[in-house]
Order: sequence, then structure tokens, then C-alpha cells
Amino acid sequence: MISRGERLANYAMLALFAVIAVFPVLLILQTALSNDGIVSEGRASSLHFENFADAWDQGHFGSYLRTSVVVAILVVGLSTLFSVLAGYAFGTMRFRGSEVLFYVILLGIMVPAEALVIALYFDMRELGLTNTLVAIVMPQVAQSTAFGTFWMRAYFRGSSREVVEAARIDGAGHWTTLWRILVPMGRPALTTMIVLVFMWTWNEFLIPLIMATDESLRTAPLGLAFFQGQYTSGTALLAAGATLVALPVIVLYLFLQRHFIRGMVEGAVK
Amino acid sequence: MAAPLAPAGRRAPDSLRTHRSAVVRGGRPGEPRRVAYLYILPALLVFGLFVLVPLVRTAQFSLYEWNGLGASTWAGLSNYRDLFTEPQLRGAFVHALVLVVFYAVIPVLLGLLLAAAMSRAVLRGMGFFRVVLFLPQVIPMVVVAIAWRQIYEPNGPLNDTLRFVGLDSLARPWLGDYTWALPSVGIVGTWVGTGLCLVLFLAGMSRIPRELYEAARLDGAGALREFRAITLPSLRGELAVALTLTVIAALKTFDLVYVMTSGGPGTETTVPSYQVYNNAFLLGRVGIATALAVVLTLVVFVATVLINRVGERGQR
Repeated sequence: MISRGERLANYAMLALFAVIAVFPVLLILQTALSNDGIVSEGRASSLHFENFADAWDQGHFGSYLRTSVVVAILVVGLSTLFSVLAGYAFGTMRFRGSEVLFYVILLGIMVPAEALVIALYFDMRELGLTNTLVAIVMPQVAQSTAFGTFWMRAYFRGSSREVVEAARIDGAGHWTTLWRILVPMGRPALTTMIVLVFMWTWNEFLIPLIMATDESLRTAPLGLAFFQGQYTSGTALLAAGATLVALPVIVLYLFLQRHFIRGMVEGAVK
Repeated sequence: MAAPLAPAGRRAPDSLRTHRSAVVRGGRPGEPRRVAYLYILPALLVFGLFVLVPLVRTAQFSLYEWNGLGASTWAGLSNYRDLFTEPQLRGAFVHALVLVVFYAVIPVLLGLLLAAAMSRAVLRGMGFFRVVLFLPQVIPMVVVAIAWRQIYEPNGPLNDTLRFVGLDSLARPWLGDYTWALPSVGIVGTWVGTGLCLVLFLAGMSRIPRELYEAARLDGAGALREFRAITLPSLRGELAVALTLTVIAALKTFDLVYVMTSGGPGTETTVPSYQVYNNAFLLGRVGIATALAVVLTLVVFVATVLINRVGERGQR
């Protein structure tokens, strides 16, 4: 149907855009492995993996990454739990006010963090809650729960009535039906949601920037931004830090790319 | 509409018992259930405390003049007036519009062009290209900003390349240049968005029946007519998704500006989000900052609704 020349041209175009897409990533990786004479004292090997160790210790990226892991676990865990519960109710039960409440939550997905963080910061400062994990985690739990409720509701709505019916005949209550049947069956939908929420949380910048000033509470992107302010760009240590910060999301993406792409394409308005 | 539940006390004791057991054990799906409120309680609580309350408080703050520490004074709508009269604040919105061109318009056009060029191809290895092209979407923006700062360095890859091909006169400190700083930030947005658009459109194209194109060709339709009559209408849904994601990303730009330019040189690259942060925490103008946040939220709402209206109308 299509000529060889045309096919080749198509591949050439795709390849060109692929190269442009990975170039900045490779540039950082190459810089991270280079010897720029700032940190390493003339060690022999041509690939300087010790830059990562230096970034981890001297650059405090070990501590930033730990904070990010804790924040990500809390946000993903709490928002997943809340989203499954709420999505189940909105998707399978009829109750007064369900429509109104759902639309309120839907609107919440569109609210940018900018419209929340200033008021949150000053109100939480009043309560002595700024500079705590709560201040970093809870606003993100709320935003992710809004999205997750929307996402899980769609799954529960589409879930098989027959299966639920059969479970009920076997004497399962709504609680058992949810956890024993619908949640295990909904693994793909759940995975997509978890992957998206993890990515958003890991990459979030504005909320931790405003809510926490303690260095011990700096998440990885925040630590990187401050680190960048102290060094000129192009240094191996900065690039090594950037690599460490990006690595968890990229690795997860390489394994679960279908979930990333499907999630962003199907329902992500964030 | 959900059928209202009769107050339990008015029921005969035996019917109360069956009713209650139905609630606890679960009746048919879609039956009125009070237990639903328990299920949505945690979500509503956290949503109310950390989204609804702050949102209302933001709107409230925007009507006062306050430096974040002392007493506040009622300001009415004067903060909103300042958004339109202060050149620096108005400038932030102008910059955001420029970024919409770079983040959304260019990637969508590029994506359409490429998708159209490939409309007739069945290519192997698409899975690989999809993964690579989509990659910029998942990398933390701070990392993206650091990579691109390095590219734009006075002695970075971009200037090196320009000098190498003999275009020395074009080489410049891109992010420090009054004319070029904003487009330079915008190009990063183009880089982030183009892959997304391309992946979306290629997926959409693969769903268009090939017979349509064959029929059009039999009727003697050229490439341009083919694109306008078949490709474009079939991609309405994908267009809506692509525009929603990229336009919102442009309007909410923050990390990129914070790390790459801090709004500079001068105020050439300030954006609404950056001015929200700047006014609230560096300039001590909480009222202005919150008014800006309210307007930004409204702009995001209107943009989302408009884009999806257009997308839906096309699908019917």
C-alpha cells in the first residue's frame, strides 16, 4: 500500500523526534558521569559513578529522597484508600445528594494548587502545622483523592453487576464484596491510578516549597532546586542529583508505561 | 434522583428491622443506602478541609490588604483592579498567553502535521517510539529545567552548535536575554508537549478505518482534503484531551520558571503562578497574590470547559 520511500521517511521523522525527546535526558546522564574536576580528584575511570555517591552524601540527596519516599507512600496510600471507598459509593450506591457531591469533587480536580496553598499556609501556620509532614501530605491527599474518586467511580460503574449479584447471593455484604471481589478484579484501574498519583506526588514542587522550610522536610525536587541555586549548571554533582531525583519515576515508567499513557490520556485533567 | 429515605422512627418495628438489615448487608446495587455516607466520609472530610475551605479562604483573603503578619484591612475589589492596572501583574498573564502558544498550539500543530504525514503508514516498532516520545511527560519539571538550563548555557550545547555551523552571531546567553528568555522557556514546554500530542494523535489515527482513505482517494481527494475531511474530524476527542492537558500546563507553569529564570531577566518571564508565590511570600502582598490565584483558577476553569465543549460537539 505504501512505498518504501514513504515508510523510510516516516521512520526518519519518528526517529528525529525520538532523539529530540531523549537528548536532554542523555545530556544530564552524560554530565552526571563526567569528571568536571569539582568533586572528583582525578580518578582514573572514564565513567565517574562516584558522582552519585557524592550527590547522595554531600548533596544530601539521600535525605531528600527519603523524605520524598515517605511523602509518596503517605499520599498514595491514603488517597488510594479514600478514593476506593468513595468511588465505590458513588459508583454502585444510590443516596441523597450523590450527584451534587460528586460534581463538587469533580470541580475540585480542576482547582490549581495555587488557589489553595497560600490560604492553607497562613491558616496552618496559625495552628502551628507548617513545617510538618501533615502540611506537605494532606493537601496532596485531598487533590489526589478528588481525581481518584472520579477514576474509581468510573471503574465501579463499569464493573460487572452479575459478579456483585453472585457475591450477594453467597452472603457477602457490601464491605466483603468491595475488598474480596471488586478490588482484586479492578487491579488494572487501581494500578493506573496509583501510578499517576505517585508520579504527581513525586514531581510536586509548589506545595512542599511553600509548606515546609526545614531542610529535613525537603522533598527531592525541592532539594534539587535549592542545590541548583548554589552551583552553576553543568556540574557533575548537580546532574548526578538530577538523575537520582528523576530515576524512580523513569524506572516505574519503563515498567508500567501503558498505565502512565492510558491514565494521562483517559482521565487526567490535572 | 435518589429516593428519600423515610425517617426510621415512623416505620413499623418489623419493617424497620428488614430495612436496617438491607442497609447493613447491602441490597441491590442502586438501592438507596445510607451506608454510602460512611464510605464517602473520609474523602469528603479531607476534600473539604484541604480543598474547599482553603478555596473559600483564598477568595476571602483576596478582598483584604495584608502583608502576612500584621493586621489586615478591607480592600474590596481593589486587589482585582490592580491585576489589570499594574504592568507587572498584567505582564504575567501576557506571558502565560505566549506560553500557551509554545506549550499547546505548536505541539498540537506539529503533532497533527506528523500524524497526517504518517496517516497511511502501518509502522512496526510504534511501541518503542511511543515510550520514548512520551518520556518528557513523566520527568520531574525541576529536572527538565536543569537539563535545559545546561542546554542554554553561554557555552552549552545550543551555542556550541550554532558556533560550529558558523552562526556565531546567533549565539547568546538565552535565558539572560530580554527578548529570548520567554521563548526559550516556551521551547521547553514545546519539548514536553509535542510527544504527548504525537502519541495521542497517532493512537487516534490508528482507529480510523483505512477504507475511508481509500474511498477518498478513489474520489480523487488530495492530501489536504483527506486531512480536512477525514483526519481532523476523527481526531476531535484526542484534540480536546491534548489541548486540555497542554493549555492547563501552560497556564500553571511554575517549576520551570522558578528554576530556570526566577522570572527574569527583569520581569520578562514572570507567569501568574510565579507572581502568586512572589507576591504572597517575597513581597508580602497576600491580597494581590490570592486575587491572582482566584483569577488563575477561573481562567483554568473556563479554558477546560471551552476546550471540552468544542471536543464534545465534534464527537456527536
